[in-house]
Amino acid sequence: MNDLPQQLANGLLLGALYGLIAIGYTMVYGIVQLINFAHGEIFMIGGFGALTAYLWLPDGTSLLLALPLMILMAMACSVLVAMGAERFAYRPLRNAPRLAPLITAIGLSIALQQAIWAFYPDATKSRPFPEFDGGRLDLGAFAIGRGDLFLLIAAPVCMIGLGFFVSKTRTGRAMQATSQDPDTAKLMGINTDRIIVTAFAIGAAFAAIAAIAHGLKYGEVNFKMGFIAGLKAFTAAVLGGIGNIYGAMIGGLVLGLAEAMATAYIENIPGMSQLGGGAWKDVWAFVLLILVLLLRPQGLLGQRVADRA
Amino acid sequence: MTALLEVEDLKVAYGKIEAVKGISFSVEAGQIVTLIGTNGAGKTTTLRTLSGLLKPAGGRITFDGKPLGGIGAHKIVALGLAHSPEGRRIFPRLTIAENLQLGAFLRKDSDGIAQDIQRSYDLFPILGERRKQAAGTLSGGEQQMLAMGRALMSRPKLLMLDEPSMGLSPIMMQKIMATISELKSQGTTILLVEQNAQAALSLADHGHVMEVGKIVLSGSGQDLLHDESVRKAYLGED
Repeated sequence: MNDLPQQLANGLLLGALYGLIAIGYTMVYGIVQLINFAHGEIFMIGGFGALTAYLWLPDGTSLLLALPLMILMAMACSVLVAMGAERFAYRPLRNAPRLAPLITAIGLSIALQQAIWAFYPDATKSRPFPEFDGGRLDLGAFAIGRGDLFLLIAAPVCMIGLGFFVSKTRTGRAMQATSQDPDTAKLMGINTDRIIVTAFAIGAAFAAIAAIAHGLKYGEVNFKMGFIAGLKAFTAAVLGGIGNIYGAMIGGLVLGLAEAMATAYIENIPGMSQLGGGAWKDVWAFVLLILVLLLRPQGLLGQRVADRA
Repeated sequence: MTALLEVEDLKVAYGKIEAVKGISFSVEAGQIVTLIGTNGAGKTTTLRTLSGLLKPAGGRITFDGKPLGGIGAHKIVALGLAHSPEGRRIFPRLTIAENLQLGAFLRKDSDGIAQDIQRSYDLFPILGERRKQAAGTLSGGEQQMLAMGRALMSRPKLLMLDEPSMGLSPIMMQKIMATISELKSQGTTILLVEQNAQAALSLADHGHVMEVGKIVLSGSGQDLLHDESVRKAYLGED
């Protein structure tokens, strides 16, 4: 078990990535009770936005210098698509039965994938994403990829920033009020339409950051990458208690750790040697989800529902 | 003198079902006006339309000289019309202090807001004692106090209270009614919707009795309190 620190590091990094994407699911769900199944594609589009920005720059530009522009471009693309989706696909269905926006979200997800496949140059196959030069960084007990440094910095900064925003700012408090009782929030003078757009935009910006982290980690982007990443992030959001932003991050970390542990150690359990390794990690992730839903349906940090006296 | 609130032939419908079928009444500055009637008479629907949560199907609403038709709810508060909704509807997972601050969401004068929060604590000392506590942990009566305090935080020209006595113990109800008359003596104009006709009429300058979407009887609070049909229908006397 002397590779345990390495597995923990792998799991936490993967979990931070899931958590960043999960924020988008959980914020939107918390405010409009919609599972935005197109969020995985909003993540994917951020990756292509970052790649586009990198390709605009002259050859040989250092990745570190290019990174700010890539972040801006990724966020711009993701946020624009998310706001467009909210305005034109979801808002007209705000008072429709809940199945209607859900199906719209699935349709939008497929449409966005296919749009990238069809219109982004050479996107029918994976496009290489820039990577930092040099090998893995040896930190003693474990090593991490150079690209993971971005995630290691970005994920805590994003989460602390979001925590501060939601609990301390005027808009953040309006966001909490809108998620707890939208009609009454309007009576306070809160423009709830604007709050909903803000929730979509923040989720998309976080997804864009995650997309860059994903690209740097795996060295490529492709039009399908939002599907499995989105599904995992959605799982993380449910695991942590959907609607709760801290839950999304905790759920992400738990899921990432579970995958890493399952990949590394399950094959050592007598009689389960065929069920370990990377090929089974998605299975174990969803087994964990099923267990949590059976034992604690509201998720790890799910809201207590004893509110109204 | 024109009234602060003028409602003319207001109609409100849920789909094809008309819940309010053309009512007219007015509220003068400094008055308490009450709408009484049984469940389903259209009282709450009327208030929700005045505050912009529902769209009128017809008629005219004039508040402080301005027409209100078609203005979004979040803009109506800014004009000086505050609504403390039925069922209190405090934000359960925010603290009492945060709930009060949200009542002043559109105000920019932080000194004035701090003063008004203090005034709420003076009016309802229990809120001050528990200011850091999640509002969902308060009792029903305390939540009602918070809902009223929160509505006052916008410094409204007109305060609309929907069923402030609902579900409260008799003692708590007396306390709430005493507060309403105290607010009146401080010059607050109030539109009060109540099922407890006795309590509402004894406080009100004017009262209107609603039945299935219409105003069937109007008069001063005292007149209605002594009106035989009102006593029979709403005050539980044979």
